[in-house]
Amino acid sequence: MAHLTPTPVLEPGQDRTMILNMGPQHPSTHGVLRVLLEIDGETVVRIMPDIGFLHTGIEKTCEAKFYQQVVPLTDRIDYLCPMTNNLCYVLAVEKLLGLEIPAKAQWMRVLMNELTRINSHLVWLGTHALDIGAMTVFLYCFREREEILKLFEAISGQRMMTSYFRVGGVALEPPLDFFDRVRHFAGYFPSRVDEYENLLTGNPIWMMRTQGVARMTAEDAIALGASGPTLRGSGVDIDLRRDMPYSSYEKFQFKVPVRQEGDVFARYLCRVAELRESIGIVRQALDGMPEGPIKANAPGIVLPDREKMKTQMEALIYHFKIITEGFAVPAGEVYQAVESPRGEMGYYIVSDGTAKPYRVHMRAACLANLQTLPKMCEGGLIADVVAAIGSIDIVLGEIDR
Amino acid sequence: MPLAAAITDLEQLKEHPALACLLAWNAAAVSGAKFDRDEMTIYVDRANIREACALLRDDKCAFNYLSDITCVDWYPAEPRFEVVYHLLSIPNKERVRLKVRLESASPVVESLTPLWPGANYFEREVFDLFGIRFTGHPYLRRLLMPEDWEGHPLRKDYPVEGYR
Repeated sequence: MAHLTPTPVLEPGQDRTMILNMGPQHPSTHGVLRVLLEIDGETVVRIMPDIGFLHTGIEKTCEAKFYQQVVPLTDRIDYLCPMTNNLCYVLAVEKLLGLEIPAKAQWMRVLMNELTRINSHLVWLGTHALDIGAMTVFLYCFREREEILKLFEAISGQRMMTSYFRVGGVALEPPLDFFDRVRHFAGYFPSRVDEYENLLTGNPIWMMRTQGVARMTAEDAIALGASGPTLRGSGVDIDLRRDMPYSSYEKFQFKVPVRQEGDVFARYLCRVAELRESIGIVRQALDGMPEGPIKANAPGIVLPDREKMKTQMEALIYHFKIITEGFAVPAGEVYQAVESPRGEMGYYIVSDGTAKPYRVHMRAACLANLQTLPKMCEGGLIADVVAAIGSIDIVLGEIDR
Repeated sequence: MPLAAAITDLEQLKEHPALACLLAWNAAAVSGAKFDRDEMTIYVDRANIREACALLRDDKCAFNYLSDITCVDWYPAEPRFEVVYHLLSIPNKERVRLKVRLESASPVVESLTPLWPGANYFEREVFDLFGIRFTGHPYLRRLLMPEDWEGHPLRKDYPVEGYR
């Protein structure tokens, strides 16, 4: 495998090839990805991604924080799907604690998680199409994304860094008209997906730019650790929501879109189909939303309501203790994985019995997906590199952490 | 739901497909196992980790997908490092965690890149942040930190605010 033995600055071989440096400020690299390309005319001979420009040492920071203080950090790993990261982290801590979560909180988490998936896929679709040259889709996608961000703001007070899921439940009761607003959104959103598909799916230019481009077989995808739509676009039928359910996903009916072609177009179709499935899950969550509390009954772990904290002595004490001392988590280790919009997002948390995590490791779906880039691009055209990068939906915040 | 105590007795756990497979191959390679919070952990000797993974991948238990490689630093205890491998079986929808313990004097372990090329970035990250060396890795260079960085930031004796 040629891509496994590259040098940091590629040596031009004889005088046939030249080195091209793409990024880290290139607009189609979605942030700060640097790609070194060795090209022979228009053909890519070797390709080597160079990452780390956005490294913030978040795993080290987590070790110095209380468990509940890590939640806002998880937003910032993958800033396009904050709630998925929140969910994965709190599920892992709850598993360490052995905490039972009320049904309504679990369903709220599913609801918000699917809205987050739609949000993330819309950004992907808009920017991916923009990279390849279809500008209009970007404006359409961001129109709907704006509505989702307004919903996020209504429920959590924040548009992007939501921190809405907390250990033991969710932060707040949704506002009174929230479910009606989501229902309204879910009502018209499928027709908007039709609009995107009208612009792209049958579009001859789009098909020429994506069909047969950046192919990857199922064996390669598994060997390189790809996950999510990148893996399912190559014909591997796995979705953690269905196959290893968490947060009561087993109570929802949805299809897992799988395509056999393994090219950019297949990954595009998988994600667009996921948009429709996600809105279906949102509808099911709205229809079947159980009644009850949104936080677990665990006074030493879950912050008391504001009202109680200001009127009851005991609640005030718990509030003070959680804020100042955190809560101790029994020693042990867990690996919790969820299906993020990009693939398998995993949190490996080691506890030594204190109130701060001994080790928090994030398994970033994008980091593994990025390794598929040489397999997809080598031997292809240089213009297709942009299509391939867009099709694996990278977020550099998650890759570099 | 109260937490059940962790099971560490090999006799009770030998029904688990991954452990059964490894014990049938070479019982001496398995130095312990733990079943805690519905997750299976198997401690494997350093010399056998690549063969053990190859076996688990190709055996009928089919742990064919390498989810993750990471490391935990237990400074100042010895053995100091635990390299942690998370394997997933896509056909059986099952996970297993393999661990290799390493002394601080020689933090070296065999690379898994011949089995899964996807181990490349994970191992580079562990090398970068913990200073574990993977023999047989095709390109063991820093991944996230700058090339000229001193020290390995995720080690426990590395201060959170960095060296001044």
